[in-house]
Amino acid sequence: MRTPRLIAGLAALAAVFFALPLVGLVAETPWGSAGSALLSQQVMRAAGLSVIASTAAVVLGLALAFPLAWVLARAHFPGRRWLRGLVLLPMVLPPVVAGVGLLTAFGRRGLLGGVLEAAGLSIPFTTAAVVLAATFVSAPFLVVTLEAGLVGLDRRLEDAAATLGASDARILVTVVLPGLRPSLAAGIALSWTRALGEFGATITFAGNLRGRTQTMPLAVYEMLQTDAGAAIALSVVLLAICLLAVVAVRGGMFREPT
Amino acid sequence: MIGGLEARVETARGGFALAAELSAPRGTTALLGPNGAGKSTLVAALAGLVPLAGGRVAAGGRMWEDPAAGIRLPPRDRRIGVAFQEPRLFPSRTALDNVAYGPRSRGIPRAEARSRARAWLERLSAGHLAGRKPASLSGGEAQRVALARALATGAEVLLLDEPLSAQDIEARSAVRRALADALAGFDGVALIVTHDPVEALTLAERVAVLEGGRIVQEGDAESLRRRPASPWVAALAGVNLLRGRLVAAGTESRLECGELSLTVLPGALAAGAEVAAVVPPRTITLSLEPPRGSARNVIAGRVASIDTTGDRARVTLDTLPPLTAEITRKSLGELGIAEGIAVHAAIKVTEIETFPA
Repeated sequence: MRTPRLIAGLAALAAVFFALPLVGLVAETPWGSAGSALLSQQVMRAAGLSVIASTAAVVLGLALAFPLAWVLARAHFPGRRWLRGLVLLPMVLPPVVAGVGLLTAFGRRGLLGGVLEAAGLSIPFTTAAVVLAATFVSAPFLVVTLEAGLVGLDRRLEDAAATLGASDARILVTVVLPGLRPSLAAGIALSWTRALGEFGATITFAGNLRGRTQTMPLAVYEMLQTDAGAAIALSVVLLAICLLAVVAVRGGMFREPT
Repeated sequence: MIGGLEARVETARGGFALAAELSAPRGTTALLGPNGAGKSTLVAALAGLVPLAGGRVAAGGRMWEDPAAGIRLPPRDRRIGVAFQEPRLFPSRTALDNVAYGPRSRGIPRAEARSRARAWLERLSAGHLAGRKPASLSGGEAQRVALARALATGAEVLLLDEPLSAQDIEARSAVRRALADALAGFDGVALIVTHDPVEALTLAERVAVLEGGRIVQEGDAESLRRRPASPWVAALAGVNLLRGRLVAAGTESRLECGELSLTVLPGALAAGAEVAAVVPPRTITLSLEPPRGSARNVIAGRVASIDTTGDRARVTLDTLPPLTAEITRKSLGELGIAEGIAVHAAIKVTEIETFPA
């Protein structure tokens, strides 16, 4: 079926709905003063923390997501559907709820509070809390993409490698990981972007301490009350980064119609 | 390697039950059977990719798998070289690195593995493909690379599943000759899976026939022709296979094979070509006096042996190479054909099928 005019028209309206906030941001940016606002110490420190925390969240997320994706894709055990639901829950959970949950688990009076205190560790309201919050909300994207990638792999190639004398470790490195490259790229881009944009869980679990836990989204929120122009300029920067990531991912997740 | 491959493979996959008892000594054995007989499943089981439900597999005096004793060597410990029916090349590696993968997995240094891989690619007329990625190879090219990859493993047991199926007519005879050369110099057990009797009889010394998940017959080409164990074997594997050279004689083409000289239709084959010709036994007629019919090939010989099954008799002559004719038992009785009797065998030119050898 060809594309009817009605559907094309509705699609155009929908595109306008998604484009308007972006146009608003760009139109309202005070380009004259934006440069100095973006180069302020507060913004630079927030940006640095955001990049470091998001990257750390992706690394930690990969360590958590790869084994989970593997068992979800290949192991047969009772409760597999429940495990998948549990792991994907943070994608739909209100982030503030995630933040409260993290407090009740890792907070000083939380489930692991005693253990952590005995080890001399206090997580809430530290940079580590920023990373944990970002990991909690972003790692599910890695699980989803890696599980789909593992399911789609041609396992006959792994069989061929085994008959050629390859050990499991060699098969993983030389056959499985190269086959997962598109899924890995998509998962890393999606989860990094999600971690970068994380707000609710971060402010609940890590607070809003400049230089320690204030990431770019928290800086935008704070600046909106004092210097709206700077907040808008920083929003445009975040928007540009996210747009780049989404466009870069597209090739890995969706096929272009031919 | 001492001793061959001894296997009793019992496994069930998707409603299909395999219960095949196979023994392959050193040298080349063809595993011949119709489509759906279970050939690829048997290969997967021997390779350790499909677990046995029962039976056992041993090779070179070593137990590979014995479910009753809880023994199951993983594929990498079986010292096998497998060419699957589909090439299964690693898409991110060049043809050369695909072939070098086996030696590299056995700890051979990169440079040595690559030079070994290059040599195998060249033997299989695929040297020019070394730098190409699998996605840019044709089906026949990918199959040659996969075959080189199996041969380059230095394995003790080769399992080659339809190794020539994707080769076009031009490449087929060159690849078959290269494979035959490689197998002639191979010290272990080679099992070649095929549904093509010509391939089986030209590449292997022994043939095992798999039908409906069971080995129905094992033996050399001679025993298959003389005593086919099933109608399928009789129709396809129980054929007279004549290998020789095509010569031009006046306006005709003749196949010179041992002491026989047969008029054939050359098809696309040129004079001087090495050819294989297939003559189904049921197309050969026998008579006591020289026949005066339309058949242009008449060969005189004595009856060397007679094998009867049901109401059919397969009569083998003492020609060189021997020819087998299939006639009814009634004809056998009426003509009074018995061992030692002189007969004339008539073969119509149109019944002889020729292939490049």
